[in-house]
Amino acid sequence: MSDHKTMTLTLIVWRQKNANDPGKFETYTAKNITEHHSFLEMLDCVNEDLIHAGKDPIVFDHDCREGICGMCSQVINGAPHGGQDRTTVCQLHMRKFKDGDTIYIEPWRARAFPIVRDLIVDRSALDKIIQAGGYTSCHTGGVADGNAILIPKPVADEAMDAAECVGCGACVAGCPNGAAMLFTSAKVSQLAILPQGKGEAATRVKNMTNAMTECGFGNCTNHYECMAACPKGINVKFIARMNREFLKAQFA
Amino acid sequence: MILDGKCPTGPIEQTWDKHRFDLKLVNPANKRKYNVIVVGTGLAGGAAAASLGELGYNVQAFCYQDSPRRAHSIAAQGGINAAKNYPNDGDSIYRLFYDTIKGGDFRAREADVWRLAQVSNNIIDQCVAQGVPFGRDYAGYLDNRSFGGAQVSRTFFARGQTGQQLLLGAYSALSRQIKLGSVKMYDRREMLDLVVVDGVARGITVRNLVTGEMESYAADAVCLATGGYVNVFYLSTNAMGCSVTANWKAHKKGAFFANPCYTQIHPTCIPQAGDYQSKLTLMSESLRNDGRVWVPKKKEDCGKHPGDIAEDDRDYYLERKYPSYGNLAPRDIASRAAKEQCDDGRGVGPGGRGVYLDFGDSIKRLGADTIKERYGNLFEMYEKITDEDGYKRPMRMYPAPHYSMGGLWVDYNLMSNIPGLFVLGEANFSVHGANRLGASALMQGLADGYFVIPYTIGGYLATVKPGQVKTDHPEFKKCEEDVKAEQNKMLGINGKKTVFEFMREVGGLMWENCGMARTKESLEINLKKIPALREEFWKNVKVTGSGSELNQQLENAGRTADFLEFSELMCRDALHRNESCGGHFRSEYQDAGEAQRDDVNFCYVGAWEYKGVGKEPELHKEPLKFDNVHLAVRSYK
Repeated sequence: MSDHKTMTLTLIVWRQKNANDPGKFETYTAKNITEHHSFLEMLDCVNEDLIHAGKDPIVFDHDCREGICGMCSQVINGAPHGGQDRTTVCQLHMRKFKDGDTIYIEPWRARAFPIVRDLIVDRSALDKIIQAGGYTSCHTGGVADGNAILIPKPVADEAMDAAECVGCGACVAGCPNGAAMLFTSAKVSQLAILPQGKGEAATRVKNMTNAMTECGFGNCTNHYECMAACPKGINVKFIARMNREFLKAQFA
Repeated sequence: MILDGKCPTGPIEQTWDKHRFDLKLVNPANKRKYNVIVVGTGLAGGAAAASLGELGYNVQAFCYQDSPRRAHSIAAQGGINAAKNYPNDGDSIYRLFYDTIKGGDFRAREADVWRLAQVSNNIIDQCVAQGVPFGRDYAGYLDNRSFGGAQVSRTFFARGQTGQQLLLGAYSALSRQIKLGSVKMYDRREMLDLVVVDGVARGITVRNLVTGEMESYAADAVCLATGGYVNVFYLSTNAMGCSVTANWKAHKKGAFFANPCYTQIHPTCIPQAGDYQSKLTLMSESLRNDGRVWVPKKKEDCGKHPGDIAEDDRDYYLERKYPSYGNLAPRDIASRAAKEQCDDGRGVGPGGRGVYLDFGDSIKRLGADTIKERYGNLFEMYEKITDEDGYKRPMRMYPAPHYSMGGLWVDYNLMSNIPGLFVLGEANFSVHGANRLGASALMQGLADGYFVIPYTIGGYLATVKPGQVKTDHPEFKKCEEDVKAEQNKMLGINGKKTVFEFMREVGGLMWENCGMARTKESLEINLKKIPALREEFWKNVKVTGSGSELNQQLENAGRTADFLEFSELMCRDALHRNESCGGHFRSEYQDAGEAQRDDVNFCYVGAWEYKGVGKEPELHKEPLKFDNVHLAVRSYK
């Protein structure tokens, strides 16, 4: 804890003024970084130096900084969120790096996620997929008691496993096809598993997969890179489940 | 001025039902003629936008994040209260009402709290219908856990991610309305002014955070669901983007700010590791169900490995001081007790600012697997941040700013003193008094959004003609120009200190002098230092880039400028309230460490009217009456 050894790191960061700018890598030095810095706090320090030098700081998305809002989104040394198991960039700590390391930092790269600036991309396509059917069509008020329909623990737990998705888009960034199958399947599965969502399961899976294609996402060819990148450990079994739901829907 | 909360009278059990009947209605065919703006898409804003859209109003919703799903409600871990009494352990609407009034140290309105307790049960049903995967037992029934300040188990949960699941429920309902066209969603927009015409709220000015352009939106009513202000302390558990800005801009346009000194310092957060730190991380209060809090009895033991400190040499101070509630004492009390031990030189970890939260006994009793199933994600989070294993070594915790009970003043209908301006969720002041109980923030956000505003906004809109003011009104242009002028001023200073440096400084002053304990002297120090710092900001801040592009420095500069004004109001409020109650602890007013209320002189809501930067604001009072829960010394012993 009281260990105050510091690190110096070389950062090679993607800089791009806006969607129309071609963009390029720039090199920066991060100094006086301790093992307790989070990755984003390390970038904060670099940015403070840049501002003092009158230069534009590196722009990146972040908000809760506790791994739950899904806002942070960086590819670090080729791995979305930096490659630590079940970890978002904001929860990645510098103790995972060594003094003298060179670190490449890039935005999510996928056809459906246009770059807004530097490391920020436009992920509104994920919202569009949810808008296509990622809900139960219940009204506010006028619903049954919460215990009216029993949901045994294993069923509730499986739904929760799927529901943990934070919508960060790392699965898309990790996929060689730029597919949003893991994201979409998590919501399709959560609602198909629960009795409250079964009634609309067929229309939901059709509409959400349609939206996926319309938004420019690719398809799944079983690389499992999405699961490796997912900071919440969403399992690819949900993609299999979505495929089954999709097939069933053709006969519904 | 004596403020009137317009609370219904009569037997408390009937107040909300009677009031709902008395409210005027807008006919279904007329609803689509009304435009409603909702700012913020957390539990309160997301639920409100979805519900109002469904009712047929034209809704425009705004958030600063890239998607409405990311609002900070998402970070709530432990749970949501409801008076379902499923465990058959003696709960009732009345008990939830009573616990909330008492938990708030008798500084909240009875009628508002009653309504909250009454609709709490509907919230659970609503969320289940949306597909929120609450924790359940093997038979399929909803499960409950205990939380601080209550002796019944009334907290519903979805692993350690309850806020996330409830927010995703509201977001899914909102997404459905967006698809149906009843809600138009504007993301990456920050509200930078409230447009008031002839004393009535008519719209907002927002900055498009991607292009930098100013945009104006007009409506027949504006709902702010813009969260709390504890980032005024710089280091808090709030998200980086949380600010007082929307509320402060409304305050500057005439909305009264109520009880700003009531802030909640959460007892179980991961202690600060260094100066570079950008935020603090909360560990759910639910951990206190199975974790025991202690510090060494002897100062010389503080540096030892906790495993080497004998059982007899450990001071389980919460169990000792508050035997009937033990480790589940309410947050304000648990935080102050932690500070007391550390001030006494018995804190652990760096700087002696920490207490142990120990799962050793529970692991022995229940097994590590059970503990892992209950809190696995929290242990994982703790390890990522501290590199320590909470299963093997007690976690270190220290209190951190977490929630603001104060907020814009609203009446029983959630309308501020500006007609047409409604305030929901944490952004208002209404139900938590001087201290909020755990698992009640989610309850309030969803209560306001799903079950209160859909009724009360109709009561207002039924009395006004739709579409009276449009964005071509000169006031909209003036607001846009004012905001632009302020931004250009910040961009033009080109001083020597960064925005972060100013925010760290004001946050440090607030934590030191207006934090867990305050005194007349400490507050007076701040009332001298903050105006000086504010002056320095406007001469010496450095903001790079321009206003016509995505510029995070400029966004932060605006939020910091508002905190530099708001912090002064917070200190004034703390200074005027010569008593201790809930989260507001004035060291001069205590009885051996317990808060000493002054019901004769301070049993009121203090709502401040803005009079200009640095000018003394005017205090308006709303007296609080307790007809159902009798004013008593709050005891958890």
